[in-house]
Amino acid sequence: MSAQVTEITPTQGQSTKAGNFRRRLPGSLAWHIGSLAILAVILYPVVWVIGGSFKKSEDIVGSLDLFPGSPIISNYTGLTEGIADISISTFFLNSLFLAVGSVIGIVISCSLTAYAFAKIKFAGRNLMFTLMIGTLLLPYHVLLIPQYVLFRNMNMINTYTPLLLGKYLAIEAFFVFLMVQFMRNLPKELDEAARLDGCGHLRIYWSIVLPLCRPALITSAIFTFINSWNDFMGPLIYLNEPDKYTVSLGLKMFVDQEGLANYGGMIAMSLVALLPVLAFFMAFQRYLIDGMATSGLKG
Amino acid sequence: MGTTVTHAPAMEDLSKDSEPRHGPVKSPRPAELKRRGRRENLAGYLFMSPWIAGFLLLTAGPMVASLYFAFTDYNLFDSPKWIGLDNFSEMFGDPRWRHSVQVTIWYVIVGTPLKLLAALGVALLLAQKRRGQAFYRAAFYAPSLIGASVSIAIVWKAIFSDDAIVDRTQKIFGVNVGGWTGDPDMIIYSLVALTVWQFGAPMVIFLAGLKQVPRELYEAAEVDGAGKLRRFWNITLPMISPVLFFNVLLETIHSFQIFSSAYIVGGGAGGNACGPADGSMVYTCYLYVQGFENSRMGLASAMAWMLLVAVALVTAVLFWSQKRWVHYEEGAS
Repeated sequence: MSAQVTEITPTQGQSTKAGNFRRRLPGSLAWHIGSLAILAVILYPVVWVIGGSFKKSEDIVGSLDLFPGSPIISNYTGLTEGIADISISTFFLNSLFLAVGSVIGIVISCSLTAYAFAKIKFAGRNLMFTLMIGTLLLPYHVLLIPQYVLFRNMNMINTYTPLLLGKYLAIEAFFVFLMVQFMRNLPKELDEAARLDGCGHLRIYWSIVLPLCRPALITSAIFTFINSWNDFMGPLIYLNEPDKYTVSLGLKMFVDQEGLANYGGMIAMSLVALLPVLAFFMAFQRYLIDGMATSGLKG
Repeated sequence: MGTTVTHAPAMEDLSKDSEPRHGPVKSPRPAELKRRGRRENLAGYLFMSPWIAGFLLLTAGPMVASLYFAFTDYNLFDSPKWIGLDNFSEMFGDPRWRHSVQVTIWYVIVGTPLKLLAALGVALLLAQKRRGQAFYRAAFYAPSLIGASVSIAIVWKAIFSDDAIVDRTQKIFGVNVGGWTGDPDMIIYSLVALTVWQFGAPMVIFLAGLKQVPRELYEAAEVDGAGKLRRFWNITLPMISPVLFFNVLLETIHSFQIFSSAYIVGGGAGGNACGPADGSMVYTCYLYVQGFENSRMGLASAMAWMLLVAVALVTAVLFWSQKRWVHYEEGAS
């Protein structure tokens, strides 16, 4: 990532200053116009949902105005009545519990696994690494039914265990992979010195490697939170009592029950459900984007 | 979590009372090396124990079980009954199954290239260092994070319905096909649009790849009088081909597995999960319907294995083709 330069930087040609200037100005203008046009397309749905949430239900789809002439807040105040007699906050707390539980599990289990792959030489390491990468490419749906049968036989349907257990068993190969990449790039001298001083693996893992891996841990934690928050299929299959529903399921229930009759409420609820993800994104976008970028560059 | 906690103290003791006794630099005798190797093995397996448990319990075991279910009639309540290949013959003879295969393949071959083209195009644009680059990069990436949510699927359904923005825009151009989400032939394109909208994730990976192309290559080519297009074709594309391969592989595999957005955009209040006239019935939607709505777990497992075979074939073809078009740099580890 050190070579910073790319193809079409206009100053690359070794022309005169005046020539540079002539070439740079229209190019720069075109660049900004292009970027803004893409931005408009990207942002349209988000702006639309914000504007729509302040419109009357019957105006939401039909009208092309992004923002209503006379905004109303009844779509939001209506949400306090809850969905099917369950308060919205219940869904939020359920989602929050699952998301935080997932984050803790992923950070602990994936970092332990990654440490073993990156720092311990044990028999069968390469085979296990290959298997782990293989699970990245495995369609989840092959596991869907047998996992459901397994948890059903263990009487765990309608509990959060099926949604959390895998997170504590390092099931997310992507994050293990991300952390392995990161740990391999740490200076070897640090843990070698610690070994010579008589530190065991657990000590090195805890006091040296984990603190140095903070960026990778944070990236994994945020992605885990967002994935858990957005997850729809897992809760759809495993949860069947509305008071255990997550925000995603609650929203789907809202759509099925009230649908077009309360379009405004549905749009407002959609936006509220997105807020935590958007907030995380604003706060941590650098970690997310850098984490994403390194995933594609095999180390 | 239980596993890690109980193993932790044992591991600490193990390494603590052993290491200092052996002189660190002294070249160890073979017996000692062996002992040390065994200790490393043990430490390795202890650290790996959550993953090993997860792999056996949640991946390998279920895969075997799923393969078995595929040859049985299983409705969750009675024990599975072996029926040989009946699930497969039923599947191949089922017009709805064949339709779902068609819908999915169409979605993959239209959606994935469009998404990657958008990602590469915008990455090339953003690769020019200009003011605001970081802002645009972040903004373009955002849809990849929220695109999988139920909220966005709901928004999508609204934007692509009759009289909404897309419908009105196409009317300006004289296209009168109505909203896409109510149309069996068009609804799949609203899902294509949704995946293309999320081009940010592959874009970020392309950008990282573009940054690694050495500038000298371009300078040399420019001295030789190569134009922009030639430089892109002969330098940029080969240099980023490993990243391109990675994106093609991951996006294709993910596209095959589309579920939530299709289920919600296509889902009506009437309980039909697959869109008007099954228009958005992607493969996993039908799998869900058969398995969880019709309680046909055996049949659904057979379907899942067909999906696995298809994805494995596509993966194999991609890996095979990579020799022809992916250039890995010498010495790149």
